[in-house]
Amino acid sequence: MTTFIEPSPSAPEVIVASPTAAPASADQSPAAPSPAAAGKPRKPKQGLVHGLLTNTKAMVGASILLVFIALALLAPVLFPGDPSRITDMAGLEPSPEHWLGTTAKGQDVMALTIHGSRSSLLVGLTVGFASTFVGILVGLASAYFGKFVDEALSLVTNVFLLLPGLPLLVILAAFLPPGLGTVILVLIVTGWAGSARVLRSQALSIRSKDFVAAAVVSGERAGRIMFREILPNMASIVMGTLLACVIYGIGAQAGLEFLGLGDVSTVSWGNNLFWAGNEGALLTGSWWVFVPSGLCIALVAFALALINYAVDEVTNPRLRKIKPVSEGKAAK
Amino acid sequence: MRFILRRLGFYLIAFWVSITLNFLLPRFMPGDPVSRMFARSAGQMQPEQIEALRKLLGVDERPIWEQYADYLYNIVTGNMGVSITRFPTPVTEVIASQIGWTLLLGTTALVIAAVVGNLLGILAAWRRGSAIDSALPPLLIFIGSFPYFWLAMGALYLFGVILGWAPLRHAFTDGLEPAFTWEFIADAGAHLVLPALTIVLVSVGGWMLGMRNTMIATNAEDYITMAEAKGLRPGRIMFRYAARNAMLPSVTSFGMGLGFVVGGALLTEVVFAYPGVGYQLLNAVQGLDYPLMQGLFLTITAAVLLANFLVDILYVRLDPRVRSN
Amino acid sequence: MTVSQVSFGTHEAVLEVKDLTVKYVGDTRSTTAVDRVSFSIGTGEIFGLAGESGCGKSTIANSLMRLLKHPARISGGSIRFGGKDVLAMSPEELRRFRWQDVAMVFQSAMNSLNPVLTIGEQITDIYTTHAGYSRKESLRRAGELLELVRINPVRLKSYPHQLSGGMRQRAVIAMAVALKPSLLILDEPTTALDVVVQQEIMAQIKELQHELGFSVLFITHDMSLMVELSHRMAVMYGGRIVETAKAADIHTNPQHPYTQALMGAFPPLTGPRVPLTGLPDGVKFRNIPDLAEVSPGHYVAPFGAELLETGALEGATR
Repeated sequence: MTTFIEPSPSAPEVIVASPTAAPASADQSPAAPSPAAAGKPRKPKQGLVHGLLTNTKAMVGASILLVFIALALLAPVLFPGDPSRITDMAGLEPSPEHWLGTTAKGQDVMALTIHGSRSSLLVGLTVGFASTFVGILVGLASAYFGKFVDEALSLVTNVFLLLPGLPLLVILAAFLPPGLGTVILVLIVTGWAGSARVLRSQALSIRSKDFVAAAVVSGERAGRIMFREILPNMASIVMGTLLACVIYGIGAQAGLEFLGLGDVSTVSWGNNLFWAGNEGALLTGSWWVFVPSGLCIALVAFALALINYAVDEVTNPRLRKIKPVSEGKAAK
Repeated sequence: MRFILRRLGFYLIAFWVSITLNFLLPRFMPGDPVSRMFARSAGQMQPEQIEALRKLLGVDERPIWEQYADYLYNIVTGNMGVSITRFPTPVTEVIASQIGWTLLLGTTALVIAAVVGNLLGILAAWRRGSAIDSALPPLLIFIGSFPYFWLAMGALYLFGVILGWAPLRHAFTDGLEPAFTWEFIADAGAHLVLPALTIVLVSVGGWMLGMRNTMIATNAEDYITMAEAKGLRPGRIMFRYAARNAMLPSVTSFGMGLGFVVGGALLTEVVFAYPGVGYQLLNAVQGLDYPLMQGLFLTITAAVLLANFLVDILYVRLDPRVRSN
Repeated sequence: MTVSQVSFGTHEAVLEVKDLTVKYVGDTRSTTAVDRVSFSIGTGEIFGLAGESGCGKSTIANSLMRLLKHPARISGGSIRFGGKDVLAMSPEELRRFRWQDVAMVFQSAMNSLNPVLTIGEQITDIYTTHAGYSRKESLRRAGELLELVRINPVRLKSYPHQLSGGMRQRAVIAMAVALKPSLLILDEPTTALDVVVQQEIMAQIKELQHELGFSVLFITHDMSLMVELSHRMAVMYGGRIVETAKAADIHTNPQHPYTQALMGAFPPLTGPRVPLTGLPDGVKFRNIPDLAEVSPGHYVAPFGAELLETGALEGATR
């Protein structure tokens, strides 16, 4: 039996050599088809979804995330009432009654942690989607219009990228009236630039493809070209950016709240940690007050990072795991 | 040369943006910080303090462009006003006494994280499928998922409170006079270990993954195949051919990473009560010391921009392609 | 099956490839890129390997120096060079074998030069690694090498992007002959260059070959160029060799329909203008059998109606 790569069926097509244009930095170019995948070209989108569904990392990440979303939704059912109500059962160690113990103010840590996921996930997701959205707008406009628009938008993006994030955050939060809205706004202001930069460079490489040129020549409207022709081809990059932005949102919110710059009256993981620090939980040895919220932030961020990593692996075959070559002879 | 000039122009614009931001923030923010401030401390403020505040916050009858010109002039001449909480010390003086500690902490952490992370990334890409390549990245991502300050608090609790290996707070033991003596340097070093270590721990994963991924992309380049065909020794191919090229994006992110490390250093400083500009910034925020806040923000920004400029100069040394055009 | 040697002259074979099979191993299935390919190259001989893109030519070139990267791997056959078994070499033996015995000129000179090292550094590291010369001595020899390909030695201090396309390719050729290898692999060495520079480069290679006497494995899809330059040649299709003979024989009397199509698809460099022909749309060959000798030194894979697929359906879907 003989199998071989099917050469192109028509006559020698190689009159003109096809010097593949110097590949743009490969880490950004989507899914270079591996020789093994020669055959029927798969649609990139199906490939991404299918790839993620069969990727262990992605599935682990998604499961963790789903558990947290479920807990956040069920919080009022699981722990009815105000979790931050002060009681006289202060500073109890974990016990069957209070699985995670109580704080110095007698609040149940388990209830605080589960209720906290609501605010943290809400802020994280809002910030993630909003800053990705801004990033998409800026990136697409930059790439599509080019010239002056690109110069101006890139300048603004780069300036925002360079301004040190957390100090800017602190300054903004200090001047704005405290509240959840402020936190979200401030995080979007400091978070969009990173995604805009990544999305711009990707959009730029798609902008230079022939099918976009064809759409331009055939007189399609700018909006349609940007959102129907260019955007769908950046699905994986958009996804990666979105995940990174959500991670940023959750982490930065926690940091801001830990510094006491959030809205201290809401229950969130960052605020839990702020109070833990304020009440000297660690100095008195009440580690159970301090551990859960931090661990939750880490788990959610880790889950998102795993999915992000999986997206990279699926879209960039070079990053996939290499099976160790047993055959000594075979080239490495 | 043109590249350098272009970058310099860009940093000047960025700095101008942050000055303008600083100027506009107190004047156009809702919630009126002036009244917040006065409400809180009207009783204890001296007339000079109130005057300084009014000027800064733009409670001023002059037209706005005049105030703006004034403000720019003051910044350029290094006059950032007077600190409220430490009245009447000028802001610049307060900052000068603290920036050294932040530089020490930030640079130490950044350099260690970048060097270790990049080396690990190079090794992981070179030995695909090995333990370094398959086990370390997920582990580092996991550690990197923890909030900076949380890890810092955990480390402080574990090594400081329980084990007692590390000092609990501050950059040197109370009562010790800062001087260039071995005693003082050793003491400051001991205080530096834990804060720096937590920053390194959280940020090293990013460096490693970034380097690993660019290395993998670089390894597929024709010039790597050519280098192998030339029969060069693996070490030379790995460093002079692959890593030398893969390094270039890493150098750029070194500049970008600075802003991140400054932020991380801020949180770390707060946890360890490390007397740097980040710690001071939080104190200023809590004391509603707006002049100091703004001065600190401008200083941090200026430091980050300057460091980025230095990185650009380094980049030109490393990439001959930038040099010629 | 062995292709008996019709070597150029009476010399011994430098390179003997037997039943070489290379597979691309995928997650779910594997593809055979090179399928039981055998050929040999004599001392001082120029052997041409022709075929369309994707037929496995470059994979063979990379196999010879064991440069294949994952997911490609050699799954069968043997490669012998001057009596040594290339596939059995240890990493260190392999490293010494590379460039000293066999050197290679890659398709694109721009991409095969390290952009951040000077031309000089990239030549001298050949000498310092293999010949153990001092840096100074290496640099002197590198200068001579550049002169050999008519590049001013001051260019040693240049970076690749500062040279023109033709100069870069000449520099790469200079590197390839630095250690006077016995076999030079040219993998479409002129593909990225314009026609005038192509001619210069080919003339340069011919001249060097006269001077240094190495054998050449010349890979291209440009049939007219190949017929001009090669002594003997093979035509590849779908990972298999379908015809091999003296270049002149293939030129005057191509037997396999694919060879005929290839020959018809290129204008001759000299002679009268003829209309170009090619393989009809949708025609494919399947299960190509082993070669059979049709006349002395002229081997052709049997072909017939049952092995030919007109594939109207496949042609239509593309």
